[in-house]
Amino acid sequence: MSHPRTIHAVRGAIRSGEQSAVDVCEHALGRIAAHDPALHAFNTVTSERALDRARAIDRDKARWKDAPLSGVPVAIKDVLCTRGVRTTASSRILDTFVPPFDATSVRRLEEAGAVIVGKTNCDEFAMGSSTENSAFGPTRNPWATDRIPGGSSGGSAVAVAAGLSTFALGSDTGGSIRQPAALCGIVGLKPTYGRVSRYGLLAFGSSLDHVGPLTHTVADAALVLSVIAGVDPADATSSPEPVAAYGAALTGDVRGARIGVPARLVDEGVDPEISKAFRAALEVLGARGASIVDIALPNAGAAIPVYYLVATAEASSNLARYDGVRYGFRAKVEPQDLLTMYTRTRAEGFGPEVKRRIMLGTYVLRAGYYDAYYLKAQQVRTLIRRDYEQAFERVDAVAMPTTPTPAFKIGERVEDPLQMYLGDVFTVSANLAGLPAISIPCGFTAGGLPIGLQLTGPMFDEASILRVADAHERDTDWWKRTPREFEDLRI
Amino acid sequence: MTCEAVIGLEIHAQLRTASKIFCGCSTAFGAPPNTHVCPVCLGFPGALPVLNRSAVDFGIRAALALGCRVNPTSIFARKNYFYPDLPKGYQISQYERPLAERGLIEANADYWGPERDIRITRVHLEEDAGKLLHEGFADSERRSYVDLNRAGTPLVEIVTEPDLRQAKEAASFFGYLRELLMAMDVNDGNMEEGSLRCDANVSIRQLSSESLGVKVEVKNLNSFRFLERALDYEIERQAEMLRRGEPILQETRLWDSDSDTTVSMRSKEHAHDYRYFPEPDLPPLVLDDARVKEIREAMPEAPAAKRRRLEKMYGLARLDVVNLTIEPGLDGYFEEMVRHQANPREAKNWVLGAVRAKINEARVGVAQMRSALSPAALASLLALVEKGAISGAMAKGVFETMFQSGRSADDIVRDEGLAQIDDDAQIAELIAGVLAENGDAVAQYHAGKAATFGFLVGQVMKATRGKANPKRVNDLLRKRLDADR
Repeated sequence: MSHPRTIHAVRGAIRSGEQSAVDVCEHALGRIAAHDPALHAFNTVTSERALDRARAIDRDKARWKDAPLSGVPVAIKDVLCTRGVRTTASSRILDTFVPPFDATSVRRLEEAGAVIVGKTNCDEFAMGSSTENSAFGPTRNPWATDRIPGGSSGGSAVAVAAGLSTFALGSDTGGSIRQPAALCGIVGLKPTYGRVSRYGLLAFGSSLDHVGPLTHTVADAALVLSVIAGVDPADATSSPEPVAAYGAALTGDVRGARIGVPARLVDEGVDPEISKAFRAALEVLGARGASIVDIALPNAGAAIPVYYLVATAEASSNLARYDGVRYGFRAKVEPQDLLTMYTRTRAEGFGPEVKRRIMLGTYVLRAGYYDAYYLKAQQVRTLIRRDYEQAFERVDAVAMPTTPTPAFKIGERVEDPLQMYLGDVFTVSANLAGLPAISIPCGFTAGGLPIGLQLTGPMFDEASILRVADAHERDTDWWKRTPREFEDLRI
Repeated sequence: MTCEAVIGLEIHAQLRTASKIFCGCSTAFGAPPNTHVCPVCLGFPGALPVLNRSAVDFGIRAALALGCRVNPTSIFARKNYFYPDLPKGYQISQYERPLAERGLIEANADYWGPERDIRITRVHLEEDAGKLLHEGFADSERRSYVDLNRAGTPLVEIVTEPDLRQAKEAASFFGYLRELLMAMDVNDGNMEEGSLRCDANVSIRQLSSESLGVKVEVKNLNSFRFLERALDYEIERQAEMLRRGEPILQETRLWDSDSDTTVSMRSKEHAHDYRYFPEPDLPPLVLDDARVKEIREAMPEAPAAKRRRLEKMYGLARLDVVNLTIEPGLDGYFEEMVRHQANPREAKNWVLGAVRAKINEARVGVAQMRSALSPAALASLLALVEKGAISGAMAKGVFETMFQSGRSADDIVRDEGLAQIDDDAQIAELIAGVLAENGDAVAQYHAGKAATFGFLVGQVMKATRGKANPKRVNDLLRKRLDADR
């Protein structure tokens, strides 16, 4: 028997009575049981909780019939708080932490009928691009299990790509939704800063952190966004801007749309197979009536250093609360003097990448260096934002490859963090500028590794990039491919 | 060598909001430990601060009362340091752009004031930390406990320029600040519970010098007495070092009330680097003119201004005005009596006399005093005295009955038959009776012993149980005795 793969397909099956919410949930849990030992997408699988919820949805059909995500399985990145369900950030320091509240995005999904099947693995505190920096071990790419799935939302991307969950939530501070989506051959959307509440998202870089969906299709991403978007009184940085009708924006009509390509940026240091796929994707859009416009983003070259100054500065402060006093891991030290408790707890509780970033961020904010590093970085950040503002006077969306290379092998870059950071070249500027950006499948390497196309839009104009992305999806079938071992799925 | 001290104060005042500055938890004092807490003020992962609007309003009111300019945009910042009473590992405060700046308490603005302006550098909003409990537990020898009820209570930090010159002056200023914040209803003035706290920066310089000496911060000055004594001690300590030619070190010192000395806490080399940076979880605080204007217009009168007004408006002596305003609410009691037609002098005498005595004796606040005996009711008692219906001496007793029973002065005077006997015929009749019974005294009077007259008046008053109008008794008795001569 084949099973519905997309949110829209699952909803259809449940609405028509072809499947119950319990059928769908059991199927997802079955696939997790079968495949997750090899992939390690999940830190925690919430089987009982999920089945209870699915049963409740089946029982009260009248109540849930019209809920937009009724009975649809979702995997939640382990940096989003789930009430009563362990939330670890893939860190030893939180490995027993059970939040007393739900993240707003999680609550909105559950209110819309989604069924949480588990919490997904990620780089510790979302710091990384490979999901190798997890206290619980790496997640594997379903397209080549000796390779990384990207990160930091690698578990969420793999859960979706391998059909362990219909969709997933991730977080994106420098590309952590889009990059793993690209490397796993699925859709990943980072909304505008302030579009989706950050309440309940374990903070990494507060001014850069975003919550967004990982899905198989653009229409699914639009649907999830419409559920989780909107102002939240618990997040002072969430925006009161009205939520657009994202589903209605997917008309397929991109005639006259202007797609900007920062040629200088995308011609440099990009894997030739990715360049080829990127050009082909632009042709698909051109064939539908969009025009390709050459643009310049003069300050984009500074995006990575700016990003790693701002993100680490904020992280060094955000992670100060993990001190062993109130919750989470506390080192066993006798005699218990305060300083020893702090230093040992943090030395034993955090992994090497997290420590590296805390130290870097602490350095950046030191008295006497603040102006040279943090302040300067914020000034360049403003320039990067202005580059985009100027570009959007001429174009409706900016297209780039999501990543310069396809998925690399597990362990390949562990010893070279700088090389790892440089992989974020195309994704970080959308975080610095707060702009919405989406990654969609646009091809495969000869070796069968997925390639992503990234579209970035103006502030709060998710509708435009969703429309362009959907148009591309209509004329391609990259998104229909399934990793061989996991292909018992129906589209 | 003559030197002078240069002192600046940093005052932390809790704002009297019902809930905390970044969450909805109660700010009530004295609850069992860790019962007024939530994910936000506990610094739980994923929790975010949301600014309490009324904390901002209170902060603006405090800033305006200090004559500050409120910044149209101010920015919250994180002050990073580790301590177990600080749940997030940073305090949300304001740094580069505070709520308000450039305030002033003018020279000679009030009775306590120095002949020098005291400038306010800044007023900013921040959250309070929790408390460590080092005592009271079975294992207190080995462990400390943390109570986070106070964590997230809204504070204003008020920083003065180094414009104070003496310990006593600093204590007076701090006293005025307390009075001002209480009058503005932004702070409860309770230093014992820590709602109002003070640190001081002290340096010493030669009297003629314009430049500042090396600054020492003195902490833990949580009473007026400690503030004054600590500053006196510290000024003398620094002066002595200067005399001996020893360098004064930039450091933070702690007042130790057991030894009456200041002790070094940390030197400049060990000073914290707080790594301030703008708080990314809170947008800039933007205040429009209309909001500031509305708060300004609704502000209670500042005590110094009030004292000036009371002196001028009612012709009261400065000392009386100070006494009327030192206990919050007495002045209001007084003014309400005057509004009810009481003579200002008489009203002042009653408020500073009987009313204040009763407040002290019954251990009640002004508010309770008001509900037991309202200013309007007391004004009507004064009216009875003024029109001669009862004597001033009797009014004291009626006051007591009013306070105990809540009845009106008119009712008490009527029901207890206390009204003065004004009727001449009735008084004359009583006089005739007294004279008949005191023939000896009458004879002595006629023999020229004038003092006997007083005795006879007393007898008449006694016969009326004090109710006769003494002036009428005097007149009629004199007339009658002289007629008999």
